[in-house]
Amino acid sequence: MSEGVVRLGEVTDFPPDPVIVAGLRSGDEAVFALLLDEWSRGMLRLARSYVSTAASAEEVVQDTWLAVIRAVGAFEGRSSLRTWVYRILVNTARRRGERESRTIPVSSVGGERPDGDRPERAEGGPEGAALAGEVRELIEQAVGTLPSRQRAVITLRDMEGYGSDEVCEILSISPANQRVLLHRARAAVRDHLAAYYDGKGGP
Amino acid sequence: MNCDEFAELVTAFLDDALDSSSRPLFLDHMAVCGGCAGYYGRFTATITALGELPAPGLSPQTRSRLLTAFRETSAENSE
Ligand SMILES: [Zn+2]
Repeated sequence: MSEGVVRLGEVTDFPPDPVIVAGLRSGDEAVFALLLDEWSRGMLRLARSYVSTAASAEEVVQDTWLAVIRAVGAFEGRSSLRTWVYRILVNTARRRGERESRTIPVSSVGGERPDGDRPERAEGGPEGAALAGEVRELIEQAVGTLPSRQRAVITLRDMEGYGSDEVCEILSISPANQRVLLHRARAAVRDHLAAYYDGKGGP
Repeated sequence: MNCDEFAELVTAFLDDALDSSSRPLFLDHMAVCGGCAGYYGRFTATITALGELPAPGLSPQTRSRLLTAFRETSAENSE
């Protein structure tokens, strides 16, 4: 039933992996630009699960793409290209997150970039239009307080619309663990919304 | 099945991961418990809303830096 539905994060006429990989290896810049524009938003959101600022997430995504450029010649196709790229991203983001937590206490970054968990350049484009600003802010707040493993799963499953098999592969976790993390994350976001509506006497 | 058990199983139900004995119990509970039917509705509405959050993209500077890096690496490789 859901076969024909286009979900967020998927484009029906996106070229298949062999075409993309051949394009990257032969230096086809249009192919690289297509990937950059198609995947970077999701990558930024996922990186944000592990690092403390949006600027830091942007550097993680940049480093990931540089690694992809260097390593695409060695891509063996044992997973999908997207899974492979996302796995590089997760490793890069985790390493950086660990380094951040050792060197700079999150509170001391505040003066420089108090960006909290707001999306800095949310252009209010067509994707955001359907959701009331108030609800959007509450959800972003709730997602911002989740532990990184829960945040990574809810980002991929619910915000990006990826299937559970791909999420397990990207994050190297079991299906059961993935479901527990996803359920806790969803329940936390729902509870945050409910607390707000209860206070207002709303729906 | 009680209400707490119901609430714990919503994600498993949505992923079609409930075993054949739990699934009918889950559906039976939802049919008779207004509170849990409401919880289920708000839970799925939350999931829908999560899918509608706007996502900021890369800054134009980072994007053009990456395109340059791609061009340079490709040129090196073809030499
Ligand atoms: Zn109940």
